[in-house]
Amino acid sequence: MLQRLRERIGLTDIVMWLIGAVIVVVIIVGSIATLLSGKYTALHWTDIFLSGMAQGGIYALIALGYTMVYGTMRMINFAHGEIFMSGPYTAYFVIAALDTSGFLESHPINTLISLLIVFLVAMGVSSVIAVLLERIAYRPLRAAPRLIPLITAIGASFFLQYLFKGLYGSGFQAYPDIAMLEGKFVFGAFQISRIQVVVIVAAALMMAALYLFTQRTRVGKAIRAVSEDKDAAALMGIDIDRMIVVTFVIGGISAGAAGVLYALMFKQVHFFMGFIPGLKAFTAAVLGGIGNIPGAMIGGLILGLIESLGPSLFLDGLGVAAPYQLKDAIAFIVLVLVLIFRPSGIMGERLAVKKA
Amino acid sequence: MTQSRLVWQQAIKIGLIGGLAGLLLALVGMVQVFSQRYIISDVISMGHTLLFLTMLFTGYLAAQRTTWPGRRAVLLNSLVAGLTGGIPLALLVIVGSVVNLRLILIHASPELYELLTFGQGTLVGVLLLLAVSAFCGVLAGLFYLLPDLARRVLLAPLASVVVIGVLQDLVRTAIAAWGPLAVINEWLFAANGLTLQGAATIFILIAVVVYVRAKRGSEAQAKFHSLRPSTQRGLRMTGLFLLAVVLLILPQILGLFLSEVLTIVGLYILAGLGLNIVVGYAGLLDLGYVAFYAIGAYTLAILTSPELGFFSLSFWEALPFAIIMGVLSGVILGIPVLKMRGDYLAIVTLGFGEIIRLLVLSDALEPWLGGAQGIGLIPKPFIGGFELAGPQQIYYLILAGCLVVGFIAWRLRDSRLGRAWMAMREDEDVSEAMGINLVSTKLLAFATGAAFSALAGAIFASKLGSVYPHSFNLMYSINVLCLVIVGGIGSIPGVIVGSIALVGLPELLREFAEYRMLVYGAALVAMMLLRPEGLWPEAIHQRELHAEETESTAPAEVL
Repeated sequence: MLQRLRERIGLTDIVMWLIGAVIVVVIIVGSIATLLSGKYTALHWTDIFLSGMAQGGIYALIALGYTMVYGTMRMINFAHGEIFMSGPYTAYFVIAALDTSGFLESHPINTLISLLIVFLVAMGVSSVIAVLLERIAYRPLRAAPRLIPLITAIGASFFLQYLFKGLYGSGFQAYPDIAMLEGKFVFGAFQISRIQVVVIVAAALMMAALYLFTQRTRVGKAIRAVSEDKDAAALMGIDIDRMIVVTFVIGGISAGAAGVLYALMFKQVHFFMGFIPGLKAFTAAVLGGIGNIPGAMIGGLILGLIESLGPSLFLDGLGVAAPYQLKDAIAFIVLVLVLIFRPSGIMGERLAVKKA
Repeated sequence: MTQSRLVWQQAIKIGLIGGLAGLLLALVGMVQVFSQRYIISDVISMGHTLLFLTMLFTGYLAAQRTTWPGRRAVLLNSLVAGLTGGIPLALLVIVGSVVNLRLILIHASPELYELLTFGQGTLVGVLLLLAVSAFCGVLAGLFYLLPDLARRVLLAPLASVVVIGVLQDLVRTAIAAWGPLAVINEWLFAANGLTLQGAATIFILIAVVVYVRAKRGSEAQAKFHSLRPSTQRGLRMTGLFLLAVVLLILPQILGLFLSEVLTIVGLYILAGLGLNIVVGYAGLLDLGYVAFYAIGAYTLAILTSPELGFFSLSFWEALPFAIIMGVLSGVILGIPVLKMRGDYLAIVTLGFGEIIRLLVLSDALEPWLGGAQGIGLIPKPFIGGFELAGPQQIYYLILAGCLVVGFIAWRLRDSRLGRAWMAMREDEDVSEAMGINLVSTKLLAFATGAAFSALAGAIFASKLGSVYPHSFNLMYSINVLCLVIVGGIGSIPGVIVGSIALVGLPELLREFAEYRMLVYGAALVAMMLLRPEGLWPEAIHQRELHAEETESTAPAEVL
């Protein structure tokens, strides 16, 4: 029996399981230490929890774009972070104009209208950029070997970033403060930031809408068909090119909306702002199972929570100084762990694992 | 009637796209910044050259795509395309004269408008702009209609004038180093740009050379091949010998600044050769290459710097350790990613690169890695008693490194391991069935690439005298990846070409530096669409990448 065991498990598997075990032990020890020390109050935990949910909602919306494009085209749209950035960046000029003209704060209804306009502008711009990207950079390379579209995507990502930098400058553009979104809801001893609630609710609504779209409409079904088997879908009479464009449009819409939520939460846009959230959203998509739409949503939420709770929960317990600096590192480590131990993600999509 | 309308549509579409490109170039500020450097002094600046080139190219594309037969159609097409190409810019000037666009588009400034209108004010300027763009279109159409020889005789000299104008600092310094020939500089160059007579001289010279080569070139080649093999070899050896001599005395000719540029390019070549193995030979897209560079640099820093005080080895003693750490980290990185597909491999390696960057930057590891301030006081290498202090001396160390690494890469390519990598790159399952141990092959690829990168990192740390965590970011990985790909995936001369083009040029052209990443991005996309095998391709990759084209043209009517 030992012989058969040794044949099935190689040295590399043992090394990887060791790494995994070490990380799990570290996390448990750290968490217990933090919780025992009682350093953080319940208020702190609620705050972090909600902030994690809000971040997670944003990641989920961006991850939708990654997962849908991967499903239909089997490629990672490296430039999706820039699609996420372009919407709110362009919408900044709109909201700045609305603010200076006084329309924004004149009446709560006007504020809502302004926000609606901003959302529409951002979603529109992001979609346009996504479609242009597909048309110019990805469509000609559909049949090329794997490396080529990925490199094109990397090139397109940098091109878009620095195009925005060249056109609009390298500074941080600050979104105006909106009175309706400031402040906190108070429930007895608990305080919840209004903006976090808004973001969570908005993200949830959008995710629900997109989920219904993909499950209940004909177009959504067609997209799922293309994800599953492109050739069979073509034989069924589905226009593959059109469906791919629709995929990019949906990805663009959700990324644009996520961008505005991000901008409203962090109050600024910057030409480089899409890069790290893009990577983390990709992590979320993989975590949930790439190609799987509910998976992207779940992955996003979970990643947001891990990233938010992580530094306080286990890093601090281990005595790591300034744990918040390593917040991004946690996200990347999650990515690596998922791809090592469960590449098919939480929902179990087999696209990530090599075809046996 | 309908057919001619189609003709217009095609030309207008091309014109608008070209015009949009020109508009973007203007709005990101490139035209303005480039105008500071003159190609021909007081006659035409680099900025205007850029605009004209865009319009000429638009016209040429329209001429090329003319579906309607006849020369008049070609000329009309290119005229229309050129004219349409000028419209976006004209609109910019008109709108900009009324509305202050600068609040949104930071480069939409009065200076830009003046450039675009050639200083003639809004009304006259816009008309002039449209006329110039239409004219450029027609010129491009005429150029398209010329016979091949005439085209070559015109294009090469024009390109040479532009290139020498752009690289005037380099050419000036190189010529000035040859004492008695320095008088050429006075003939060729004014303070900022070529002189008219200089430009004309270069034009005529190159035109003559191209003409002679076209007419007599094949004869000369035939004569060369008809020589005895030993004479051929002798000639080739002499050529290589001359090249070696030039390489050795280069830093002395070029002076301090250009030697510094050479060392930077050299380090990128060193790292690029390593990534060339990982991406080009083994087909593993590694986006976290900077991790190994950082590990090599930091290992050297920790082992040699008195600032941290842990060890105080000399450069040569610490170098093997840096390389060994590189190899180890390559293996450690490689193990988790063994089973991953291409896209995931890329992202995970990117993640590793970022993790390393965050770790060396963190406060948590500051006592050992220096934190945000980095590690300083790294000593320079000594040979005998001679310290390799400045760029002109370090150059030789880097040159030696490049030669060694290049030799290893070259021999590896045709070795058993190299062929295993190639097989793995083409189809992992089949190669495993053929008996190739995927685990060790992949790990060896990562280890070799990492070793070369760590070597480059160690030399970098010593050259700079200190290591700062901010220099080890994703940009570096992307830079190296770009130059490997643009130069030619899997091709050793390609890495050299890529480095010179993507690293050397921005250093030489200060104006270019701000738009470096923009051009990188555009270059990557353009290269992948038009010439994925790179500038100096490697034969096998070229065949692989164009295999689909030949397959699809194979006849399908076998039945």
